[in-house]
Amino acid sequence: MGNLLTATGLKSYYRTVQGEEIKAVDDVSLEVREGEVLGIAGESGCGKSTLASVLSFTVLPPLYILGGEVRADGNNILVMDRETLRREIKGKYISIVPQGAMNSLNPTMRIKNFVIDVLEEHFSEISKEEALQRARERFEALSLPSRVLDAYPHQLSGGMKQRTVTVISTLLNPNVLIADEPTSALDVSSQKIVIKLLVELLRRKIIKSVVFITHELPLLRHFADRIAIMYAGKIVEIGPMEDIIFNPFHPYSRLLTSSVLVPEPGMKQKKIEAIPGVPPNLKNPPSGCRFHPRCPSYMEGLCNIEIPPLIEVKEDHRVSCFLYGGKNG
Amino acid sequence: MVEDRELLRVENLTRIFGSGKSQVRAVDNVSFSIKEGEIVSLLGESGSGKTTTARLILKLLPPTSGKIIFRGKDITYVSSRKELLNYWREVQAIFQDPFSSFNIFYSIRRVLNNALRLVSESISREEREEMIKEVLLSVGLNPAEILDKRPYELSGGQRQRIMLARVLLIRPKLLVADEPTSMIDASSRAGILNLLMELRNAYGMSIIFITHDIGLAYYTSDRLFIMNSGKIVEEGDAEEIINNPKDDYTKKLLEDVPVIHRKWEL
Amino acid sequence: MKDIFILLFRSKRFIVGFVLFLAVLSFAIIGPMLNPKNPFQMVGGLFTPPSDKFILGTDNLGRDVFTQLMYGTRTSLLIGCTAGVIATSIGVTIGSIAGYKGGIVEEILMGITNVFITIPSIVVLILLSIAIKTRSAAVMGLVIGVTSWPWTARAVRAQTASLKTREHIDIARITGFSSIEMIVLEILPYMFSYIFMAFILQFSGGILNEATLSMLGLGPYQTVSLGVMLHWSLLWEAVRTGAWWAFIPPVICLSMTTFSLMSMNSSMDEVFNPRLRRS
Repeated sequence: MGNLLTATGLKSYYRTVQGEEIKAVDDVSLEVREGEVLGIAGESGCGKSTLASVLSFTVLPPLYILGGEVRADGNNILVMDRETLRREIKGKYISIVPQGAMNSLNPTMRIKNFVIDVLEEHFSEISKEEALQRARERFEALSLPSRVLDAYPHQLSGGMKQRTVTVISTLLNPNVLIADEPTSALDVSSQKIVIKLLVELLRRKIIKSVVFITHELPLLRHFADRIAIMYAGKIVEIGPMEDIIFNPFHPYSRLLTSSVLVPEPGMKQKKIEAIPGVPPNLKNPPSGCRFHPRCPSYMEGLCNIEIPPLIEVKEDHRVSCFLYGGKNG
Repeated sequence: MVEDRELLRVENLTRIFGSGKSQVRAVDNVSFSIKEGEIVSLLGESGSGKTTTARLILKLLPPTSGKIIFRGKDITYVSSRKELLNYWREVQAIFQDPFSSFNIFYSIRRVLNNALRLVSESISREEREEMIKEVLLSVGLNPAEILDKRPYELSGGQRQRIMLARVLLIRPKLLVADEPTSMIDASSRAGILNLLMELRNAYGMSIIFITHDIGLAYYTSDRLFIMNSGKIVEEGDAEEIINNPKDDYTKKLLEDVPVIHRKWEL
Repeated sequence: MKDIFILLFRSKRFIVGFVLFLAVLSFAIIGPMLNPKNPFQMVGGLFTPPSDKFILGTDNLGRDVFTQLMYGTRTSLLIGCTAGVIATSIGVTIGSIAGYKGGIVEEILMGITNVFITIPSIVVLILLSIAIKTRSAAVMGLVIGVTSWPWTARAVRAQTASLKTREHIDIARITGFSSIEMIVLEILPYMFSYIFMAFILQFSGGILNEATLSMLGLGPYQTVSLGVMLHWSLLWEAVRTGAWWAFIPPVICLSMTTFSLMSMNSSMDEVFNPRLRRS
C-alpha cells in the first residue's frame, strides 16, 4: 500500500500584529498511508491543529506556510493555485472536519442546504434533487436517519451533529479525512458513536485513511494504527499504536502516557506524575531539543545545542531523542 | 484520614429552572453526605445537574426545595451577610476555567489579598505578604516571579495552582472542585490533582469533585455519586463501582469510556 | 492596552475621525482664545456676504458669522459632552444594577427604562425646556442627558447579565464581595471600552439633540450654539434671501463633529470586537 499524503519539512508560522512569529509547525515530516488511522496527539498549543490546517490547505492569515511540501499523487499540492486546489483536491482528495465544526453550522439553514452547497461547489451540473438523493443514500447506508437532512442544526444532539458534519465532509469520497478533535466536546457515549462512524467509513472504503487529531491518548488506543506525538511544533515520536501506548521511547511520550487517567483496576494505587515546568512559548522556543528544559534525561552540552533528528529505532518507529542515537560523530 | 463525623449533608435537594412546560428539574431530589476528610465525586455527563448541585452547595443559587446541613446546622435559607461570610470561610471552590476564574484587571497579589479579607480584616500588610508567599511556595510557584503578574501572563496550570493557593489561604473545611482539570493539559493535570489530594492529608479538608471524567473520579475519590438527569443513580465505594457497577447507566458509562487495557469492539 | 492603540491607529477610519475631531476641538477651544471677540457684537451690515473683513460674512443683525461659529461650536460641544456624561452615567448605573441584581430589581428598573423609551424624547425635551426658566448651556446638557440614557441602560444590562456568568464573579461572591464591589470592581472594568463607545454615541447624539431643540427656538439663552445659529437663519429667512453663509457653516460644523465621533466609534467597535475585524 502506498502513501496517500507525504509531508516533508513543513514549516508554518503565525505572524502576530506586532510582527512576531509563532513557530506552530516547525520542520514536520510524516506520511499518511493507505488504509490507516494516523493519530496525532499532543497538548494544547503543540501545533497539532495548525498541522491539520496545513495538511488540508485551509491556511489563512495570520498563518503562513514558510517551507516544505505536501505530496499527493506525486504532485506538491502546496504550490497549486487556489482554483485547482478547490476543484481537484479539497473535498475530493482531502477533506477536513475542523475543530468545533459541529458548532459552526449556520443555525438558520437546514442540513440539506449544506449538502446541496457542498455538492454544487464541486459538480456544477448536479441538480438539487440528485444532490439530495446522493446524501440520503449515504446517510441510510451509514444507518443515520435521513430525516436529519430536513432538520435545523439546533434540533440535533451534539453527537448527531458531529456525525452529520462528518458524513457531509465525506460525501465526495475523499482519500484522506482529517478530523481535528471531533469528539472533545462530546459525552463519552456520543464520542464512541462518532469513532464507530469513522471506522465504518473506512471499512466501506468511502475514505481510505483518517488523520485523527486529539489530546486524548486513551482514545487512540482503540482505533489508531499509528500515533505521532507532537511537542512544541515538532513530531517527537511516531510509530505503531501499541508501541507508543505501551512502550514509548521519547521522554516526553513516556511522561505523557504515564499521566493518563483511566478507570481501570489498579489505577488508584498508581501515583500519576506531572511533567515539571510549562510548555515553551513558540515565539521563542528553546534551542536544541525543545523538550530539554523539562526533560528528566537532559544531557548538558548536547540536548540544548543540537536538534535531535527523527531516526528509526525500531521497525517503523521513529524517535527524535539523543538517548537513542543521532549524535554527530 | 476519613473521620466518622459528618461534615455536609444534603436532603432531597431540588432545583427547578423555568416554569410551566419549559420546566427543567436540573437537580431532582438529591440526597447525600460527606464526612470530614473524605473525598467524593459527583460524576455525570453534561446536563446531569452536577454543576447546579455544586452551585447550590456553594450558596450561589437558592434551591427550590430540600435542605443543606453543614456541621449539623441547617444553612439552606441563611442569607445575612455575616452568616454567608462565615459559611464561605468553611466552604470554598475552584472552578473549571482557569482563565475566567480571574479578574484580568487584578494582579496575582491582589487576587490573593482579596481572599485574605475573608480570613481576617486585621492582618498587617507584611503578614499578608508573608502568608501569600508561603502558600505560593506550597503550590509549587515562585512568589517573586508570580506576584506582580496578571492572569493572562500565566499558563492554565499555573493559574489553577494560584486558585489552589487562594484556597490554602482560606483553608476551608470543604472544597468544591468543579471540573478543576478539564481545561488543563495532561502534563499539568497530575500536579494539580496530587496537590488537591494533599490538602486532605495535610489539613483534613473534605473535597467534592464535580466531574465528567471517570478516570479522575476513580483516581481521587473514596466514594462516587453517579448522576444522570438530575438524580443520583448509583453511589458507593469508588473501587466497588468501577469493578462492579450495578446501575445500567453506570455500566454504559464505563463501557464507553476509553481505557487502555481492554480494547473496544468496533 | 498598547496593542489596542496600535490597532486603532492602523485603522484609516479612526485616524480620519480622530484628526477631524481634533480639528473641530481646536477650532472651538483655541479659536476663541486667539480671537477673543464678542459673537453678539454688531460689526457689519445686514447679511454682508463673505469678504476679507468677514471671512464668513455677517448675519441678519450684522454680527460676524465666523466668530459665532467658533463660540457656537464650543457651546455645542459642551452641551453634547455634558449630555453624554450624564446619559452614560445614568445608563451605566441603572443597567449594571439591573443586570447584576436580576429578579424583581431588574424588572422594576427595566420597566422604568422601557417607559422612558416609549415616550418620544423630543416631547419630553420640549416640555422640560419650556418648564425650565433659565436655560443655560449646562441646563440644556442636563435636560438632554436625562432623556437619552435608556438605550445605554438596556445595552449595559445585557452586557452585565452575560458577564455575570463568568467564573471570577462566582469567586468574588464566595470571597464575600458586596454588590457594589461586585459591580464596580468585577463587572464595570470589563465594559470599559463598551462604556466609552456608548459615551461617544451619546456625545454625538447630544450635539444633534441640541441642534434640534435650538432650531425650534428652545435653545440656551444668551449664548450662541450651532443650533441657535440655525434658528436665527431660519427666523430671518436666510435661505430665502440667499444668505448661504449664515446656515451652511454651522451645518458643516455639525456634520463634521458627528461624523468624526461616529467614525471613531465604528473603528473602535472593530478593534474591541475582534469578530468584526477585517483581515
